[in-house]
This record gives sequence, C-alpha cells and structure tokens, in this order.
Amino acid sequence: MKALILVGGYGTRLRPLTLSVPKPLVEFCNKPILLHQVEALVKAGVNHVVLAVSYMSELLEREMRAQEERLGIKISLSHEKEPLGTAGPLALARELLSDNDEPFFVLNSDVICDFPFEDMLKFHKHHGKEGTIVVTKVEEPSKYGVVVYEGDTGRIHRFVEKPQVFVSNKINAGMYIFTPSVLQRIQLRPTSIEKEIFPVMAEQGHLYAMELQGFWMDIGQPKDFLTGMCMYLQSVRQQAPEKLRTGTGFHGNVLVDPTAVIGQNCSIGPNVTLGAGVVLEDGVRIKRCTVLKGARVRSHSWLESCIVGWSSSVGQWVRMENVTVLGEDVIVNDELYLNGANVLPHKSITDSVPEPRIIM
Amino acid sequence: MLKAVILIGGPQKGTRFRPLSFEVPKPLFPVAGVPMLQHHIEACAKVPGMKEILLLGFYQPNEELNRFLMTVQQELKVSVRYLQEFAALGTAGGIYHFRDQILSGGPSAFFLMNADVCSAFPLLEMLRFHGNHGDAHCGVLLGTTANRTQSLNYGCIVENQQTNEVLHFVEKPSTFVSDIINCGIYLFTPEIFGHIGAVFQRNQQDRLQEEQPQGRQRAEVIHLEQDVFTELAGQQRLRVYKTQHFWSQIKSAGSAIYASRLYLDQYKHTHPERLASSAEGGPKIIGNVYIHPTANIDPTAVLGPNVSIGKGVCIGAGVRVRESIVLHGATLQDHSCVLNSIVGWDSTVGKWARVEGTPSDPNPNDPYAKIDSETLFRDGGLTPSITILGCNVNIPSEVIIRNSIVLPHKDLNRSFKNQIILYTQLQEPDHPLDSASRTRSSSGLSFKNQIIL
Repeated sequence: MKALILVGGYGTRLRPLTLSVPKPLVEFCNKPILLHQVEALVKAGVNHVVLAVSYMSELLEREMRAQEERLGIKISLSHEKEPLGTAGPLALARELLSDNDEPFFVLNSDVICDFPFEDMLKFHKHHGKEGTIVVTKVEEPSKYGVVVYEGDTGRIHRFVEKPQVFVSNKINAGMYIFTPSVLQRIQLRPTSIEKEIFPVMAEQGHLYAMELQGFWMDIGQPKDFLTGMCMYLQSVRQQAPEKLRTGTGFHGNVLVDPTAVIGQNCSIGPNVTLGAGVVLEDGVRIKRCTVLKGARVRSHSWLESCIVGWSSSVGQWVRMENVTVLGEDVIVNDELYLNGANVLPHKSITDSVPEPRIIM
Repeated sequence: MLKAVILIGGPQKGTRFRPLSFEVPKPLFPVAGVPMLQHHIEACAKVPGMKEILLLGFYQPNEELNRFLMTVQQELKVSVRYLQEFAALGTAGGIYHFRDQILSGGPSAFFLMNADVCSAFPLLEMLRFHGNHGDAHCGVLLGTTANRTQSLNYGCIVENQQTNEVLHFVEKPSTFVSDIINCGIYLFTPEIFGHIGAVFQRNQQDRLQEEQPQGRQRAEVIHLEQDVFTELAGQQRLRVYKTQHFWSQIKSAGSAIYASRLYLDQYKHTHPERLASSAEGGPKIIGNVYIHPTANIDPTAVLGPNVSIGKGVCIGAGVRVRESIVLHGATLQDHSCVLNSIVGWDSTVGKWARVEGTPSDPNPNDPYAKIDSETLFRDGGLTPSITILGCNVNIPSEVIIRNSIVLPHKDLNRSFKNQIILYTQLQEPDHPLDSASRTRSSSGLSFKNQIIL
C-alpha cells in the first residue's frame, strides 16, 4: 500500500528549530516526527511512502535513503515547484499513487496520535466509498473547521469552517484514506482539499468520517509540540512503560536516551524528554521540556515548558519558562531569566528576557 | 579635645526604607555586615582626641538601639550616648537644643554627620584642612562632585577656588548652581551655635508676631541647610573641603546594596578580616563578601560579588547569591538564586526559587554619577528595583519573585513580578493583625497609583 505525507515547506511555525533542520526531521520524543508516522504506516502494510515537499532538502533526502534501507520500503519525494495547496500535491503524485486500485493514505505531517491506520483501512473498505477522513473531538471546535456527519454510519454531510454557534465538536484530524479514483477529481493546480474537493465528495455521499480514539495533537508550533509530548508520553506509559525512566529524582513520565548523562540531585519530570548525549549537571530541576541531542544544562538551573535546541548550552542558575525555545547551538549565560524567549540558532544570550520575545 | 554628633532621625523619617525599617530603625540597618551607624562611629573613634560621640534623634528608647550602644562602646572603647529630641527639630534645631551637652568639657570642634550617608569619612583630612586656615571660620562642609543633572537633588555649594570659602549655598535648586554637593558631614567650632541661635531668635520673633500660629512648625525647628548655611554663605564663615573618596546617600533599600559594595571594597584596607575568602570546605567566594561567623553555608554555594550574609543564616547546596544582603536568621534552600535583593530577617527562600531585583546603580561610566533617589512608580507601574523580602517572608520552591517588595510575615504561594505584595490569596487564613485580609482581595495586586507604605 501507499501513503502520501504532506510535508510542505519551511515549517515556519516551528522556528527556530526548523531553521536548522527540516521539520519532518525534528525529533519528537527522541524520534523524528516523520518517523513516528512512517513506522506506523509500515506496520499497517504500507511499502511505499511519498513525501510531498515544497522545499527540497538534501538532509531530508539523505535521511530518507537511510530509512528506506532500515525499514525495507520505498520512499519517494514529490517536489512541488510552485504552491499547490492541500490537494494539488495529490495530483502531482498521481503516477505514484495510482499504479494499482489499492486505497492510499494521506497524512498531514504535523499530526501525532495513536495512529489508527489498520482501523482506517477496515472502515474504508467497509463503506466502500471514495474517501475516509479521521476526525477527532476537541474542546474548542470554533477555532477549526468542523465536520458534520451521521453518527451511526459516519457519512459526512458537510464541513463548517470556524462555526460561530456550536455545530459539532469533531474536527478534521489531518489523516485520510482514499480510493485512487479520487485523483480524477483533482487537477494539477493550487487546490484546497477542504474547500474544493471534500464538499463535492460529501454531497455525492462519497466521504465518511472515522472518529479517532485517544490523544491527538498538531505539533506544528512549540506550545503544541510540548502539549503533544505530554500526551504521547502518557500513551507510552500505558502501552510500553518500560521505555520510560523511573527512580529517585524522576517524577511522572520521563523519556531518556541511553546516552544522556544526568548529574546528582537532579529533579526530572514530569513530562521530560532528554535526547542523545544530553548532559544535565548537578541540581537541575526540569519539567515539561524537550532537550534535543547534544545539549547541556548546567548545574542548579530550573526549566519548565521549554525546548532546548541541539548542542545548546544553558548556564548555571538559569531559569527558563513559558515556552522558551532555544534554536541550535544557543548559549545562555549563567544566572539569567528567560520567559517565553524564542532564540534563533547560534546566538549567545547575555541578558535576561523577562517578557516573551524573539531574539535574533 | 573633639566630639562627634550623628543625626539619626526618627520613625517618621526614612520612609523610603520601608518595609525594612518596620523591623529595625534605619540607622541600625546592616550595611556591609555591620549597622549603618557603626561605620560612622568607627571612623570617629579613629580620630585622635575624640572624647565622645553623641547620637541625636527622636526614636523612643528601644531594645535595638540600647543593645547597639552597649556593643559598640565595648568593641570600640569610645563613649557613645543617645540624646532623644522631644520632637523632630530639624538638622540644626537638635544640636542647638543640646548645645550645652555638646560643648560640655570644652571641645575645640565637633563633627556633625547624617546617619544615612555612606562615606570614606575623611575626618582627619577635614581636621587638617580646618587647622590650616585659622580665624573666624566656624565650619567646614565636606563636599563632593556630582554630575550637573543630579546635583539638583542635593545641597549645592559654590566655592571660592582660592580660599575654599563657601560663597553660596542652595538646597535642591531647580536650576543648575554648582556641581559640588553637600555630603552631610561637617566640622564645626562652638561659634556655630551663635549663628544657629540667631536664627532661633528670629523664628521666635516671627511666631510671636503671628496672629494665628501656623500649623505644627515649631520655632525650635531649624534646618542647617536652608536656614543656617544659606545665611552664612558669602560671609567668610564656612569653607568646603572637597573629597574624591566614595560617598553616597542611603535613602532607599537599593542604595543599601550600593553602599554595601562601597564599604566592602573599603574593608580591603580598613577591615580585611571582615572579608571572606574561598577556603577548603567552604563556599566559593567571588569579589567582596561579608559572612557572619555564625552563618552556615554549604560548600557548593557560590557567593558574591557584593554579598553580606547575616547572623545564623543557612545557605543550602548549590545556592547562588550576588549583589544582595541576606539578613539574620534567613534560610536559602538548595539551588536557589538570589540576585540584587534583600532577604529579610528569618525569611525562607525555597528550593530552586529565584529572587531577583533590578539594580539601580549609578552609571558606571560617569565617575560623578550618584545613585538615583528612585520614585516608587513610573509610567503607571512599579519602577523595576531591588527586590525586598520583609521579615519572616516565605518563598515557596521553584517560583520567581522579581522586582517586587513583599511586606513582612507573608507566605507566598506563586511567582510575582513587579508588584508590592501587601496581602495574598482568598484561601489564606485571616491573619489576626492584618485587618486588610478581611477584604477578600485577589492575589498579587498590581498597583498603578501612589501607595503609602
């Protein structure tokens, strides 16, 4: 089976991290975002993944070659030279996707959840129509586009974009499965799948909704990246608790790469991910954070709700909070206070940032 | 034979030093590890021929003052007495009222100084300067140089460059007069009382001639600066001795930290035994640090520069303290960080907590810049300044207290920034002495209008 992952462009909402590394390769809970999706797809029987990108990256290409080998599947890159919207990339990859009649998956690359690909396939084959959209329940539906569908069959009636009054609390979770005949509906030009393709399919009774069980998050921006991390770690606790680190000094769900080094008298967690080669010196208190590969947090510092970029160094007695994000190779001097600072790569921070702002 | 008189004020004075002055009279607040006044007294005790030191003020007799008097006399072997004014009599009214006591024993001259200044006290130089020019002069004012803008906040002295005579004196002018400012440290001969007496007589006359007595101003209230110096200037009675050594006012808590730095630096020459140094099994010391011998400090702590640690203070593992004063009995728990702050008596700072203020130091690039007497509010908000924890304040673990003033006997339960914390959350049980807590207010009030502390 095949899958198309809409990777898109520069990943601007996840800057400064995406200034150093293409978004699909940013590690989420110690594994590149893309790999979470690809591995789940492979498990469901996918043997060919197409990445729809609008910005070519050598790094991405190289990494994908390596994964092809490792997973024993084929990975192609479909490069849109001009923006094609959310449906256009499907037309671009038409050849790759339609060489047989098997349904194919389409995913938004920012989505993290307990991927239900096997269930999707079953559900899709059961109703036998052209398209299935996975929906998820949210607390504040009016921030999104909601899906209105029949509860028992899943048949979609319509979509409503950012409704003013309550219509439904289910939104598009960014995961689809389509029968190849869908490709005939899409032309090779900038097209919005939500606005142009889906409404027609819904009208014709060809679009069905499958409700997602469990957690869901769009991790395309730092705040949501951290929230998604908390949800994912909780799901790891339920399904594979041996992967989490426990013991004195560890609280709640903590994921630690085996090569990370942790000093004395640290207090770690809940909801912390420490990447490969990360060093936490003595007396560090860290919660609700992701520390990326090779970074160092020096002694007695206090971090909450932060992302520490690759190879960065946080000084002694530093306090960082409120979704502070350090890009790659950032140095934070001793004794500073960072509140919601967004720091671009290779920067040295020598003064406190008491109110949220971007440091270039 | 010489004497010294130190004006120490009273509870209504020094309100900018609240909430610290709620616990201890401001002149006894520790600066560089010892009470503010002790620096004056030590300097006076070093002058040969110094017979006795008189403290003049209108504090009611209290325990701290008595204890201080006893200790300082024992340690320095000099006579120190407290003379209580029956009311606030102004900077000249007090000494005039007690002139007989001051002149008893026939001193040839006496020093007069304000308690709330921090100085190198060049008293011997002032004496020599005075001795060199005999005759009708009755006083030497210690002066120092300020920058043009800041000079307006002080008494300004116009000097005859050849004779060092005071030609003109204006207290806090509204336009620039002179960049030589009055330090509040003087050397007078007994003749000064003649001049003060003249002012007193004149005030009495004016009052007797008034139809209705105006307000609470008594005839005995005489201000040295406004009433006496302005008169004597230009009459070849006063001279100014200019010093380049350090000098600063101590009006607000922020200036106490600045003054500490100046005195700690001076300790290198005058009291090297008061400066701590990194030793085996002890904390790491950076720059000038004072540590009371009874303080208990973990060897992994890092202290300094410009830190004073008081009696019985406990400092845990991995604590960082910089540019701060930690008062008696306080506890700083593991991994906490205290910067540009004053931690009050018996307060506790929790683990990994951060207590941080904003320094209000004078511009280091301007050698004549003085510390600003900051206003509490600016542009509708609290001016960023030193963070002060009053006595018996408890800061929980892992929070940040930044640019805030916490009044005494408070248990905080979250982070605060740029606030004056008078009372906290709804769930707090009524404190019997705190009538304000009955008006169920929300936590962490932000004050936008003037508040009277």
